[in-house]
Amino acid sequence: MAKAVANKIAPTLVERRPVLAGQELSVTGVTLAVLPTAQRISLRAPDASVAALSKALGVTLPRKPKTSTAKAGRTALWLGPDEWLVIDEAGKDPLADCAELTVLHSAVGISHRNVAISVIGPAAAATINSGCPQDLSLDAFPVGAASRTILGKVEIVLLRTATDAFRVECWRSFSDYVFTFLSEAAGDAAA
Amino acid sequence: MLLIRCPYCEEERPELEFRNAGEAHIARSADMAATSDDDFEKFFFIRSNPKGIIYERWRHMHGCARFFNAVRDTVSDRFLLTYKAGEPKPAKLPGAAE
Amino acid sequence: MIATFRIPGAGRLKQAETARFSFDGQSYAGVEGETLASALLANGVHLVGRSFKYHRPRGFLSAGAEEPNALVEIKRDSARRTPNVRATVQELYDGLTAQSQNRWPSLAFDVSALGDIASPLLSAGFYYKTFMWPKSAWKNFYEPRIRAAAGLGVAPDQPDPDHYSARFAHCDVLVLGGGAAGIAAALAAAETGVRVILADEQADFGGSLRFESGARIDGQDGFAWAQGAVAALKAMDNVRVLSRATAFGYYAQNFVGLVERVSDHLQSPGRELPRERLWQVRAKRVVLATGAIERHMVFADNDRPGVMLASAARTYLNHFGVAVGRNVGVYTANDSAYAAAIDLKKAGVGVAAIVDLRDHPTGSVIDEARALGIEVNFGRAVIRAGGKLRVSSMTVQPKNGGGERTIPVDAILMSAGWTPSVHLFSQSRGKVAFNDETKRFVPGTYAQDCVSVGACNGTDGLSATIDEAYAAGAKAAKDAGVKNAGANTVKGIKPKVDASESWSRGMLGAAPGAGPDTTVKAFVDFQNDVTAKDIRQAVHEGMRSIEHVKRFTTNGMATDQGKTSNMHGLAIAAETLDKPIPQVGLTTFRAPYTPVTFGSIVGHARGPLFDPTRKTAIHPWAEPQGAVFEDVGQWKRAWYFPKAGEDMHAAVDRECVTVRKTAGLFDASTLGKIEVVGPDAAKFMELLYTNPWEKLEPGRCRYGIMLREDGFIYDDGVVGRLAADRFHVTTTTGGAPRVMNHMEDYLQTEFPHLNVWLTSTTEQWAVIAVQGPKSRDIIAPLVEGIDMSDGALPHMSVREGRICGVPTRLFRMSFTGERGFEVNVPADYGQAVWEALWAEGQKHGACAYGTETMHVLRAEKGYIIVGQDTDGTVTPGDAGLDWAVGKKKTDFVGIRGMARPDLVAKGRKQLVGLKTKDPKVVLEEGAQIVGDPKQAIPMTMIGHVTSSYWSENCGRSIALALVTGGRGRMGETLYVPMPNGTIEVEVTGMVFFDEKGERLNG
Repeated sequence: MAKAVANKIAPTLVERRPVLAGQELSVTGVTLAVLPTAQRISLRAPDASVAALSKALGVTLPRKPKTSTAKAGRTALWLGPDEWLVIDEAGKDPLADCAELTVLHSAVGISHRNVAISVIGPAAAATINSGCPQDLSLDAFPVGAASRTILGKVEIVLLRTATDAFRVECWRSFSDYVFTFLSEAAGDAAA
Repeated sequence: MLLIRCPYCEEERPELEFRNAGEAHIARSADMAATSDDDFEKFFFIRSNPKGIIYERWRHMHGCARFFNAVRDTVSDRFLLTYKAGEPKPAKLPGAAE
Repeated sequence: MIATFRIPGAGRLKQAETARFSFDGQSYAGVEGETLASALLANGVHLVGRSFKYHRPRGFLSAGAEEPNALVEIKRDSARRTPNVRATVQELYDGLTAQSQNRWPSLAFDVSALGDIASPLLSAGFYYKTFMWPKSAWKNFYEPRIRAAAGLGVAPDQPDPDHYSARFAHCDVLVLGGGAAGIAAALAAAETGVRVILADEQADFGGSLRFESGARIDGQDGFAWAQGAVAALKAMDNVRVLSRATAFGYYAQNFVGLVERVSDHLQSPGRELPRERLWQVRAKRVVLATGAIERHMVFADNDRPGVMLASAARTYLNHFGVAVGRNVGVYTANDSAYAAAIDLKKAGVGVAAIVDLRDHPTGSVIDEARALGIEVNFGRAVIRAGGKLRVSSMTVQPKNGGGERTIPVDAILMSAGWTPSVHLFSQSRGKVAFNDETKRFVPGTYAQDCVSVGACNGTDGLSATIDEAYAAGAKAAKDAGVKNAGANTVKGIKPKVDASESWSRGMLGAAPGAGPDTTVKAFVDFQNDVTAKDIRQAVHEGMRSIEHVKRFTTNGMATDQGKTSNMHGLAIAAETLDKPIPQVGLTTFRAPYTPVTFGSIVGHARGPLFDPTRKTAIHPWAEPQGAVFEDVGQWKRAWYFPKAGEDMHAAVDRECVTVRKTAGLFDASTLGKIEVVGPDAAKFMELLYTNPWEKLEPGRCRYGIMLREDGFIYDDGVVGRLAADRFHVTTTTGGAPRVMNHMEDYLQTEFPHLNVWLTSTTEQWAVIAVQGPKSRDIIAPLVEGIDMSDGALPHMSVREGRICGVPTRLFRMSFTGERGFEVNVPADYGQAVWEALWAEGQKHGACAYGTETMHVLRAEKGYIIVGQDTDGTVTPGDAGLDWAVGKKKTDFVGIRGMARPDLVAKGRKQLVGLKTKDPKVVLEEGAQIVGDPKQAIPMTMIGHVTSSYWSENCGRSIALALVTGGRGRMGETLYVPMPNGTIEVEVTGMVFFDEKGERLNG
């Protein structure tokens, strides 16, 4: 596949200004935090390419709906039958890992498109359920479950990272809405 | 709010994640440019709008993002069946004898 | 001092009167935990409101949510004023301020009560009959007066300062109603370990156990058992218990809406508490345990304050410790009122007489009443209540006529029987069935996975209720899919009923005191002032269906939705029609069960959460620069950048001139961006756009047009080919989501054989347009790895490289007609790269410009804006864009639509330029165009102005317009009639500036 020019994370001459950088909120039962920047790709591929892509990325792409896999700071979320969100928090660019692959696929860098907010605490699920209609019980949405869904009036990607912890991903310009929504919901979630 | 079974996510998900996309099984001609005026009218403008069973397209817009087909009863608003895009119109419907 | 009507030792509240409150300015003392109704009754206050139509004095009918009369305004402060609060539901807190409604000048003397005397004018259907003549009087006379007189309460006039929260919840078994049945069902379900939610609208669980003094369960008083059982449920991890939570709507697939009143009962709720919380619950199984509502007796003047339901009097006594009078009368057609009389008598309240409409009733309660020395009369009716602001007597007569006897009383307790609360069952689309023996509608055919238990199912008696409910709870849990009961769940034991009260039957419709004399007012529906006479009249005037009777009389159409009146109304209609009740039918129950605030439905979606506000990465730079922003969909876009002293026109003129003279920077980040990747990317582009793409070389760009299948323009944008299998597509700002959906639709369902994928990159890239003769000079010093010469980077090309050390996709393109570039950088670098370019730009005298200048500059060049110059009925040909349609292509979306007869016919509206004869006159966008301004009105309109601006660069106004046969009218004079006169315009080409396009390389 022809490659998009991968971000090699070279030293830059200008400052990176992530949106909402460092914002946090802590109330009874739940803590919200805007997470540090991460490398991300939107990965699309047919079944036949999954094995090669998994190998190149170093993480086995999940095949089961609403699941994710993780290895060495890299998480692959099943978003659709031929769609994964790959998030790297270890400073390595998954776009570069796919660049030389010749199997059929589409890898598009979206590191700057998405913003991640962690929602942690015993009231985390209730906070998210203020605007998300999915069943977030551990039976229905266990640790590792991942899904694109709705929060209030915007689309999010939701990943359960622990019993009491979620990662909420949204587009950059929606992050203010999402953080504000979660902040307001958090205040009522211990009920 | 309805629950709709997404054939790709293999579970029922809340209606808020979905968007209706009109009637299903209306094939776009492989030779579109040669379609007659009458056929184009049928293809583009005419919809069945039944009272009862309708075959329609939905998109799991805020989920797996796939388009799929559904069979719904417009009277009871109940979904009888959902199936993947491209699969043929089901010959038999569950509960159709009711 | 203990209020006069509080009975020491009675009730369940600590009787220390800690809550001061006021009603209509008068100060009173009450007990925290009681309702406002209870507190007023304790102080001897029965008169609390005036009725809707006749302004008759009204008191309390009930002790619960079914209350039709006692509606008051609760005022916390100037903004927190809630009208139409049921005093029987509102809990007392210290400092509560309540006011009566629908009266002037005072509750005791209401001028509008003259309507009571003039009531023949206001009979059933008066809406449809009275105000028909003269016709002109409706608007100027009748309507304003009716509007002033109608309505209950006064809406608050300030924004609601409270906040409201919302929660989606899921459970296996949802139990609605927290009386004996609901608690038993919840216990049975919870013990299996499934997720259970138990909700009740009251502050205290127990339902009718609050007043049924004869109930004993598991060796204790019924109410005490309920409290213990609910405490046990609350302690279980798998159970959520919601009090003060009304299930108001039952929707498809066991989706139930509940409003939890979180802080309306608190004296000073903390800011952190929402006023209400909306629960949207999805349950695998629902158990309906919604109980039954007592009916009143329909007789003359049965609405006098002090006339109330027997069960209400019992609740006030047994739960709140308040007597509703000192000398009460009882009027009944069923046993349950006897229990009220007995309880009151035992508490030391005088019971003047029990009047029982039945001829020969027997039973232990009757014997007990007699044993207590209460006078009991069979086969008699109360034909009239005496008194006005408070009942003073009841007039009794043998039911088949005879001598009247008037008995002084200060309250009348009545019971016509009990109506099962099938509201939620009916909302679930279940069909009710009429039980001819017990004369009540009970759940018949179920439409959803739910079950009714107890009184709402027509089950009589506590023992039978608990048996039924416990079994139903266990079955619901099993059907919902019980997991293996964990070690922590204790296998429960079914509650054992030791003593219970039981009654059924009663009567429906009008009692003997309700006519046929048509001058009496025997109320069926208190809130809408509907009498037995009105229902009969509706039938006599031709209404046959209960639905028509309901609308003609407004019976059951008030905010209480006829909880006490529907069955009486139906029975009277059936009797008048001489038909059995099921043949007349029952009106449909609809959500909400009780009124729901707008706040609880809005929830979090207000203020900044009403709608997302999207801001670009460059927004934080533009804001302190003084940019004025405009809303474009959800985006905030910089509109113009005024300098000190500049108005919008001055700023835009300066920006327009500066861009063409030197250069300007423009934030184009909101443009939609889609990355199209895969070996079939070009094939896909060929199908989705009118243009040819296969031969576009990597590194080159093309302006693309997207049509719908009907041949009309859907979107446009510049597309860059990054590689053989990779396109960078741009869309309009507003079109981004729908274009993505449109492309996905075709890819997934029409062209699934193509190996290509789409990814939205709108927010991955910040886009900085640098336009103007100096644009290259500004950018070049910051760019690495891209040859920016005209030879290497010609107009309409794209290169990947670095700018300021960060990756860029650098487009050479122009939406101004000037030499121009669009610099794409990863969004988090957008602001810093903009600042670097801005610093370079300053050296050349460049400006920042906003969307208004962008619009003017593109209009000067005749570049269209999809959605402004097109409206969904414009073809490429109409817009003068035929050149962008691949003539050799055999298929693309819209190819057939473009050939439709109407789309190829002559005389279509075509996009042209317009120049006003007076160059200083700027046309209004949307203004209509005519060929002959002297023709008669209505004139034949041949087009409209789509874009119009003052162009400082052209020194005149310019406009684009869609005009019938426009391109054949070059040089023609047309007319734009406006309120201030007709404007003459000349039809021109669409390009007003640099017609030869030389400046693209200038």
